[in-house]
Amino acid sequence: MEYKLSFRQYHKGLIKNKLLGLSCPRCGAVTCPPQMSCRSCTAYDLEITELSGRGKITTFTTIAVAPEGRESEAPYIVVLVELEEGPWIMGNLYDMDPSRADLSLIGRQVELGCRVYPGDRYSDGPMARPAFRFV
Amino acid sequence: MRKVAVVGTGHTDFAAESPKTEIEMFCEAATEAMAECETGPEKIQALYCGNVFGDFAEGQGMIQSYIANELGMHNIPATRFEGACASATIAIRDAFMWVASGFYDIVLVGGTEKATAMGTPLATRTFAMGTDAKYEFAAGLTFPGFFALLAHLYAHTYQVPMERLREQMSLVSVQSHFYGTKNPHAQFKHKEITVDQVSNGFMVASPLRLLDCCPFSDGAAALVLASEDAAKKLTDKPVFITGTGQASSPRLSAQAPYLPRLRAREISAKQAYDMAGIGPADIDICELHDCFSIASIIAAENLGFAENGTAGQLWEKGETKINGQIPINVSGGLKAKGHPIGATGASQTCEIVRQLRGDLADTGRQVDGAKTGLVDTLGGDGTIANLVLQSAW
Ligand SMILES: [Zn+2]
Repeated sequence: MEYKLSFRQYHKGLIKNKLLGLSCPRCGAVTCPPQMSCRSCTAYDLEITELSGRGKITTFTTIAVAPEGRESEAPYIVVLVELEEGPWIMGNLYDMDPSRADLSLIGRQVELGCRVYPGDRYSDGPMARPAFRFV
Repeated sequence: MRKVAVVGTGHTDFAAESPKTEIEMFCEAATEAMAECETGPEKIQALYCGNVFGDFAEGQGMIQSYIANELGMHNIPATRFEGACASATIAIRDAFMWVASGFYDIVLVGGTEKATAMGTPLATRTFAMGTDAKYEFAAGLTFPGFFALLAHLYAHTYQVPMERLREQMSLVSVQSHFYGTKNPHAQFKHKEITVDQVSNGFMVASPLRLLDCCPFSDGAAALVLASEDAAKKLTDKPVFITGTGQASSPRLSAQAPYLPRLRAREISAKQAYDMAGIGPADIDICELHDCFSIASIIAAENLGFAENGTAGQLWEKGETKINGQIPINVSGGLKAKGHPIGATGASQTCEIVRQLRGDLADTGRQVDGAKTGLVDTLGGDGTIANLVLQSAW
């Protein structure tokens, strides 16, 4: 069975600020980032859908110690965002000074942007990632 | 299924920058375990080995076959287990299954790791390989970052004020270092710390500071497992594996809406409790996966030792010490004993077995009269395993 929404297709969409996911004809749930099965009912027969890219921050951290090759990015904020369509997704928040991030961020409304991590020798190419900003 | 006992235990010193290789460390732990039960290599029918980063640390893959032959267990089947930090625990669970099924009578299981050989930047990169490479590492997620996200979510979900959670997390690390000084194999056997030092340390991923995090470590641990009949000839103090559980999780974001609970741990622990026919109140001692201070608090809740949002109070009240309601990580835990990740589950199991046998009487960390112990190990996002061990003599 064909893998419906590949990483490469998702990546290409995100670069154009289009957040692609999968909707489930059986239960109606939206799955994002993509995977083989519906996150709610495990159905495989899913349809590609474009998400709004809007949601609210559910948690955050400011990373001070970055992995090898990404030291120049630190400090940076990683957030989990609950999208309007339901799924949670991981991304970054570039709209503020990372040293000022605190619990008041939780619940803040954000919308999608995109930055590309160029990848390293282990990562099989570049990876787009959601870069959120406050609405 | 047959009953399966741990009949021998071996544990190297855990340290930074060990002068020994991963194979050498495993062989030292294995021969100690074999000597305890006077079992030579000709008696061992299969080898199960946890090892995660040998490829990166030493350029050594497929380490299990070399280990078997170094130990003189020529041509026996040897299998490497990779479940990030839970590698050795899933190795033990599988070794248990092979003996319980009747296929083998005596097997060797353990783990070895030389994480500090990678240096901190590469180690941070390789440890992050336990997260989702495409959809979460892209955002720069690290392992401290994973638990840092959970710490803020925990404070928000359960409305624990950040100042109080900060204090509770510090108490977790302080207790681990206190008991670490009583464990001669501990990486930080000479280092006690204070709440102030933890709470004001160097920030790694907010709110987690340096002393909230376990170290990178080198070391090995090993066990000999035997069927009940074989065990009778090998030891007077068999410790039986009476329950096992294992479960898998998806990437962190896909674990919503359960977070900050780790649902897979709740499932795995229930399997282990049900198989043993016991519950959390029956556990006399627990070694749980304290890769970060907040991870201990979340684990204690997932394992049923406290209501969600309240486990920090166990450490506040001293209930996790050797005389408390549920002694947790009185080995020093990953935090102070060290965390050579491929060996950690075997180290935890070794500690529980020695506690149940009463071996640690003069160390200041023996839980008197402990009969039932729980092992809890979490690998990556992602792989969780639990073991219930019970003494029988
Ligand atoms: Zn569905």
